[in-house]
Amino acid sequence: MNAPASPAAFSGATAPASGGLGVSIRRLSRHFGAKRVLENVDLDIPAGQFVAIIGKSGCGKSTLLRLLAGLDTPTSGTIGFTGARDDAAVRIMFQEPRLLPWQRVLANVEVGAPARLQGEERHARARALLAEVGLAERAGEWPAVLSGGQRQRVALARALASGPRVLALDEPLGALDALTRIEMQALVERIWREQGFTAVLVTHDVAEALALADRVILIDQGRIALDLDVPLSRPRRRGSPELAALEGQILSRLLGG
Amino acid sequence: MSLAETRSPAADRLPTARKTVPLRRRLAGLEGRLAGWVLPLLLVVLWEALSRAGIIAPNVLPAPSAVAGAGWQALKSGELLHNMGVSTLRALAGLAVGGLIGFVLGIANGLWDLTFRYTDTTLQMIRNVPHLALIPLVILWFGIDEEAKLFLVSLGVFFPVYINTLHGVRSVDPQLIEMGRVYGMSPFTLFRRIILPGALPSIFVGLRFALGIMWLTLIVAETIAASSGLGYMAMQAREFLLVDIVVLAILIYALLGKLADVLTRQLERACLQWHPAFQKPGSAP
Ligand SMILES: Nc1ncnc2c1ncn2[C@@H]1O[C@H](COP(=O)(O)OP(=O)(O)O)[C@@H](O)[C@H]1O
Ligand SMILES: [Mg+2]
Repeated sequence: MNAPASPAAFSGATAPASGGLGVSIRRLSRHFGAKRVLENVDLDIPAGQFVAIIGKSGCGKSTLLRLLAGLDTPTSGTIGFTGARDDAAVRIMFQEPRLLPWQRVLANVEVGAPARLQGEERHARARALLAEVGLAERAGEWPAVLSGGQRQRVALARALASGPRVLALDEPLGALDALTRIEMQALVERIWREQGFTAVLVTHDVAEALALADRVILIDQGRIALDLDVPLSRPRRRGSPELAALEGQILSRLLGG
Repeated sequence: MSLAETRSPAADRLPTARKTVPLRRRLAGLEGRLAGWVLPLLLVVLWEALSRAGIIAPNVLPAPSAVAGAGWQALKSGELLHNMGVSTLRALAGLAVGGLIGFVLGIANGLWDLTFRYTDTTLQMIRNVPHLALIPLVILWFGIDEEAKLFLVSLGVFFPVYINTLHGVRSVDPQLIEMGRVYGMSPFTLFRRIILPGALPSIFVGLRFALGIMWLTLIVAETIAASSGLGYMAMQAREFLLVDIVVLAILIYALLGKLADVLTRQLERACLQWHPAFQKPGSAP
């Protein structure tokens, strides 16, 4: 796999660092029939924060993220954003890459470029983002020939192409092997630090949450069961005693200890 | 026959084992392309030999050389090319009319529940009537004019195109459609960039079925109700006991059918380059 390009490759043609939006969620509920997946959730995320959401499978993490991205409407409650917002301000990255198999890699990234960019500018933006995720030389390939990690990097480039101010990530690394995962985590962290968007990462991997997030939120039975700050400096060293202590704290809570 | 077959469009064409030696590989490629013609060629040789030995009587089945001679005569007189042109034009006109209606209805019913609810049941009922059973009625309506053939071919071609287009549109990955929506695609862009390309492999399956039905319908219709075309030529020849012309017409049908199939495969290959089944080996990293 190619090493990600240096940050210097990401300039000029890409979005100006517009910073993140703050998110404020008030008494948010989402029911599916009689099933109360989320119940009166209150959550404030300051602009530019990296939040990780964890919880058991089926606890409503994806539901919360889909509500945040506007893919679903709440049963009750509100989701507000602080600051000016346009259509492309919130982007979601799915667990699957969801690339168009009939478009080359570059055209797939262009799908995410803002409508105001046309023609050569659009190509240039897409190329800059491909370079950012270390896939500049794969621009002309079909998605089918890329590896799983590479496809997910193309999906990341597509999500970033409009310069989003909130990026919601729904277990985007869940299907990758351990080494590719660690590489992708570093990539996501670097880009987040460069661009300053607000990141909301859903993950089932507590170590991943702790490696990346400023704050870890545990959802259980439709509500926020734990809201933990991770005041450790970056880049974080895997396996450090501080991380291990936090991980133990979360796991004991998660397993009902 | 199942018209909505869901096999991958090139499953019958998986590359055979590749050698690393270039010359061997080229020979293997040549072999692959010519292999299909070995059996027909052998049959023709056998047929000629049996005819010459007098085992097959010429009034039952004339020798290939006799058929070729008759073909040459018909070609020189211009009669053959005229009839081939007439038949091809009919086939293409029917394909265009029936295929277009099938395509449009397939897209519409794939996209909108409303039109699906109101039309699909009717279409499925009509589908269960063998269209060739309508020939007596069609002759009553149109006589033996062009409309009769156009109607029958269009009707026959319509269903495979309709069913496979519908199936293709309905089976486009909903996750991709959701992705398109998230990225703000307008309904038309969504159709052009996601739904249509996603349905294309299935549409091609429909087109290949349609081509088979197109020739079949035309042969029957021309044999029964026509005053020109290959089928008519064969029927005329039968009346004058010109067995060689009859055999010639049958062979030409076979060749035209093969030609149509080859052209569709080329088109498919060009349109579905992205499909893993069509990607050239060696282009993968
Ligand atoms: N569209 C839907 N209709 C009915 N139930 C749903 C729907 N989406 C999610 N659910 C239910 O809501 C619960 C939470 O789902 P989800 O948010 O996907 O969980 P996860 O935390 O694993 O991402 C699950 O029990 C799921 O069955
Ligand atoms: Mg989920």
